[in-house]
Amino acid sequence: MKFRHFGAAAATAVSLAIAASPAHAVTEIQWWHAMTGPNNDVVVKLANDFNASQSDYKIVPSFKGSYADVLNAGIAAFRAGNAPGIMQVFEVGTATMMAAKGAIKPVSELMKEQGEKFDPQSYLPAITGYYSTSKGEMLSFPFNSSSMVMWVNLDALKKADIAAPPKTWPEVFEDARKLHATNPTCGFSSAWGSWGLIEQFSAWHNVPMGTKANGLDGFDTVLEFNTPLETKLLENLAELQKDKSYDYSGRTNTGEGRFTSGECPMFMTSSAFYPNVKANAKFAYNAVPMPYFPDVNGAPQNSIIGGASLWVMGGKSPEEYKGIAKFFTFLSDTDRQAGLHQVSGYLPITKAAYEKTKADGFYEKNPILEVPLKELTNKPPTENSRGLRFGGMVQLRDVFAEEIEAALNGKKTPKDALDSAVSRGNAMLRQFERSAVK
Amino acid sequence: MENRAIFSGKTLAYLLVLPQLAVSLIFFYWPAVQAVWQSFLIQDAFGLSTEFVWFENYVALLKEPGYYHAIGVTFMFSALVVFFSMAIGLLLAVMANQNIRGVQIYRTFLIIPYAVAPAVASVLFIFMFQPGLGMIARALQRSGVDWNPVLNGNHAMILIIIVGVWNQISYNFLFFLAGLQSIPKSVIEAAAIDGARPVRRFWTIVFPLLSPTTFFLIVVNITYAFFNTLGIIDTATGGGPNGETSTLVYKVFLDGKGGSDLGGSAAQSVILMIIVVLLTAFQFRYVEKKVHY
Repeated sequence: MKFRHFGAAAATAVSLAIAASPAHAVTEIQWWHAMTGPNNDVVVKLANDFNASQSDYKIVPSFKGSYADVLNAGIAAFRAGNAPGIMQVFEVGTATMMAAKGAIKPVSELMKEQGEKFDPQSYLPAITGYYSTSKGEMLSFPFNSSSMVMWVNLDALKKADIAAPPKTWPEVFEDARKLHATNPTCGFSSAWGSWGLIEQFSAWHNVPMGTKANGLDGFDTVLEFNTPLETKLLENLAELQKDKSYDYSGRTNTGEGRFTSGECPMFMTSSAFYPNVKANAKFAYNAVPMPYFPDVNGAPQNSIIGGASLWVMGGKSPEEYKGIAKFFTFLSDTDRQAGLHQVSGYLPITKAAYEKTKADGFYEKNPILEVPLKELTNKPPTENSRGLRFGGMVQLRDVFAEEIEAALNGKKTPKDALDSAVSRGNAMLRQFERSAVK
Repeated sequence: MENRAIFSGKTLAYLLVLPQLAVSLIFFYWPAVQAVWQSFLIQDAFGLSTEFVWFENYVALLKEPGYYHAIGVTFMFSALVVFFSMAIGLLLAVMANQNIRGVQIYRTFLIIPYAVAPAVASVLFIFMFQPGLGMIARALQRSGVDWNPVLNGNHAMILIIIVGVWNQISYNFLFFLAGLQSIPKSVIEAAAIDGARPVRRFWTIVFPLLSPTTFFLIVVNITYAFFNTLGIIDTATGGGPNGETSTLVYKVFLDGKGGSDLGGSAAQSVILMIIVVLLTAFQFRYVEKKVHY
């Protein structure tokens, strides 16, 4: 079939000569994601808009289930040799993806190879930092980002004679006790146990969760969050848990309904909870920055993000990479970013989009949406607040949550629980380090 | 002997069982062999680096205190689910076996829960038992019970047992009902004429005659409680709080899926497989002797 090869070569040469021939086949790019409901509509609209904007590439989004499902589907597809072009992976999957050299293509490398205009400086460092190497090389493209905030039920606060929402942890503890009188089953609660009480807490207080800049500088990182500071938080919460002044709401966000129903008047969870609160809360509410211990030097520092980013898989054809690079440029467009942010409530990823939204006066009408951005940009990120890169983070979070639960239900002292979380976590990190590609 | 000639060769017999053998080989033996092979490896999630480590995954597993805890949780959970789902299934079958008006309707309704997928069943029960939101949870709280399955291990365990039992009752009901209907009426009538009351008739005649069904159901239910309850646990408690509802099969799933630790997960599944094989062999060896066919 020699002439066929010749034909293909000739066709390539011709199509190279006339850059965009009308008969040129459309390159399809698979995009696997985990977005449901209105967020799924956003994904579909982005793909449609991009496909309509040019005729060489076609982005095909497909929903693959939860974040964990997408990651597992992607891993299985890669093992079977047909991974998608773009995969949406949650922030805790970052280390797993990054360790898979050869399975992924770093975004900064892709953009450079494809000659797309790409300036890492134009992105918000608090967001891209999470997805970059310690040298500042961007590995994946941030898609939907949020941060953690404290949601407060202003009516309930008024009823309990609390003048203003709490700013510090001691104030939170005191207010939780006061709220207990009017809300006996829950004064204060929080979702995403590990993310809020350990991960965000460490960044916000500028203390390390692990060595090597929380793992950004190497897989030989060692966890070290069993210090008196973290113990103090957990001791206070365990004490408040006894009479339900604080009441734990589970490992994920399934307990968030306790805020909107009015049961828990103070609730620490993701800023992405906003559309839900807006639709369901029948009381005056607000979101305020996470509390901090005022006796800690430099607190509050800056918060870290949650959410997901887009990873480009390795071993794809040059045409596909060209299309993906163009799609990322399309996504970075200032108007598009600002629009996405204002419609979906996700944080903008470029500085220009943030500035534009500010200039539009959007935050004056929607101050709650600026709270997570103010937290993220509160101070320039340090080693302790740039992000986390722990291998097997999905499972680590379960271990941390288990130990938090043991402390809260009195099976262990808070100190023992944190010690055990650290030692079990370190054993898992060593296992990950060992299996990681050298 | 024309007729015998047709069946004398073994070829046809083998041909007839071939489809079943092929299914068993591809869907049961091949994955089982792969699990054993995987359990000797340490591999990254994407399969890019592989190291052969012999029994290291097993050694690591047996050093983990959480693993023994999961064994205990599994046996307690399974025993309670098997007992209650069979006891309630039998009770309902005995009642639905009577000559009452509309018995067909009762029977049909009693079978419906079996059509509900375990994960969906879990969601239904979460609606009722979610603290602060669920109807039953609120009723419990109002009556002074501090119902809190996210933090209280016993409550979480009770929750998954209720869902597990509810989901399996229909299956047991169906088999017990079939078993009851195959018991000859004449035996029971003879006992009635001799003056045995219904309760006595049940324990001395019906229950022993049901023993083949009961034995079959014990084997099936144990397998159910060991394996098929994964969806229930994942949806209802996620193994929490503090691993108190994390059964062996859930741990296999969690470590393999969430942790991408395929070697460790495979080692667990091999041990789990051995446990269930031993358990079933034990039942056939000792319990079956008490069965009257």
